[in-house]
Amino acid sequence: MHGPIVLTDLTAGYNRHPAVHHVSGAFAPGSLTAVIGPNGSGKSTLLKTLVGLIAPMGGTIDLGGLTPRDLGYLPQMAEIDRSFPITVLDMVALGHWHALGAFGRMTPEHFAEAGRAMAAVGLAGFERRAIGTLSAGQFQRVLFARLLLRDAPVILLDEPFTAVDAKTTADLLGLIHALNRDGRTVVAVIHDLDQARAHFPQALLLAREAIAWGSSEHTLTPAALDAARCMAEAWDENAPPCPVVPS
Amino acid sequence: MTWFFDVFCSPFAEFSFMRHALAACLALALGCGPVGTLLVLRRMSLSGDAISHAVLPGAAAGFLLYGLSLPAMTVGGFLAGLGVVLLSGAVTRLTPLREDASLAAMYTMALALGVLLISVKGTSVDLMHVLFGSILAVDDASLLLVAGVASATVLVLAVIYRPLVAECFDPEFLRAARGGGSAVHLVFMSLVALNLVAGFRSLGTLMSVGLLILPATAARFWAGEVWSQSLAATLMALASGYFGLLLSYYREWPSGPAIVLTAGACYLVSLVCGTRQGLLSKRPPRRHLKH
Repeated sequence: MHGPIVLTDLTAGYNRHPAVHHVSGAFAPGSLTAVIGPNGSGKSTLLKTLVGLIAPMGGTIDLGGLTPRDLGYLPQMAEIDRSFPITVLDMVALGHWHALGAFGRMTPEHFAEAGRAMAAVGLAGFERRAIGTLSAGQFQRVLFARLLLRDAPVILLDEPFTAVDAKTTADLLGLIHALNRDGRTVVAVIHDLDQARAHFPQALLLAREAIAWGSSEHTLTPAALDAARCMAEAWDENAPPCPVVPS
Repeated sequence: MTWFFDVFCSPFAEFSFMRHALAACLALALGCGPVGTLLVLRRMSLSGDAISHAVLPGAAAGFLLYGLSLPAMTVGGFLAGLGVVLLSGAVTRLTPLREDASLAAMYTMALALGVLLISVKGTSVDLMHVLFGSILAVDDASLLLVAGVASATVLVLAVIYRPLVAECFDPEFLRAARGGGSAVHLVFMSLVALNLVAGFRSLGTLMSVGLLILPATAARFWAGEVWSQSLAATLMALASGYFGLLLSYYREWPSGPAIVLTAGACYLVSLVCGTRQGLLSKRPPRRHLKH
């Protein structure tokens, strides 16, 4: 079991411009947190920084004894080229990368495991299909299957329900709960507030800074949501530097 | 059957230079098929073009310094080709210039420099040979070079196949897994440069990229996985090399353009007849209402 994932005064962004700044707080081990916020509020940036895809511009991340490699990360569907000539089974089998690396041998057992992960997300029988022939919902299931193979203690999901129908969303929510029941820490960027309140005990409301972080019912209040919207809309390319807070 | 032998085999049976050229083209095809497929999948067809143009000043510099020496021109061409890709990559990272623009800027300069170097020191015949190839130029040494490059290409690809395809498909996944994407990229770009340099004797620097890109682009219309696309590309490259050489022999055309145009014909046929979203497969769907 890992310790809490603690962010201290974390600032991260692109092109030398912070997208999210001065975030402090912690994801408890085994917690289930929804990250909520308007578009452009830095939700994806925060996740990418946690996985190590973006280097923090300031502040620190303590992964509680884990390394960024131990985090399972589900990218936004739109970031993957779905016209690439690869079969569903091959794509799911990429989930073995952390165990096998670039040169480890794929045994029949590895393929069987990939098949079981596909069955778990309801895609049995799709092994030889090209990913380009899948619907958005089916493709999201493939991403989940690849993530399941990882067997990671911490799981970060970037907009897992975007462009996905109600049935698929319900199935995937079931998977998320199952992963969380196994003791895994799950952090998911979502947009549906009712869903967040109903399924995620914890919530982080983000709008380029952490507006609120705690139990969902206390975090997702109308006042906090209004504040988040105002913050996100007030984007200023030439914003003055933040004042230094004495520690 | 004798006419068949006369037309399709006797040029190679009679002349050793044709056998040399054929062996070189077949070896080239073995390397170019898979490398071209991956290059196209990585959306880097233009980089292949840039490298092939950049090979020229490197080969010319080797020619100026050491005369018509194969090792000097090969090493010079390889370094210049790889250099242009790395330089334009650096320009893209450090400035707002997009990659296609920085590549195009870099390779037009390289081409001009190469043409200048050769015209100042050599003759226009030399220039034509370097630009467009000459099957007569394929001696034992260049044959060994091509065969060596093809063997090395197939072996290296076999080793780096998984990270290469993974990096091409989902680079962010590989970066999150610390999969060493940039090392794989560099090895792959070296393979591209090597294959283009290997082709310049028989096809010429400007033409060798054709055997890399055209079969690979055509293969996309026939096959749906990376390995099967590579296979289809290799088969088409092999056929282009063989029939291109025959055309070049009978019509007395320069070999480079003849081979590349044959590959081009494969591409056009695939574009129209390809089973995977070729133009003909886009006929209106079958009627699905009963009346």
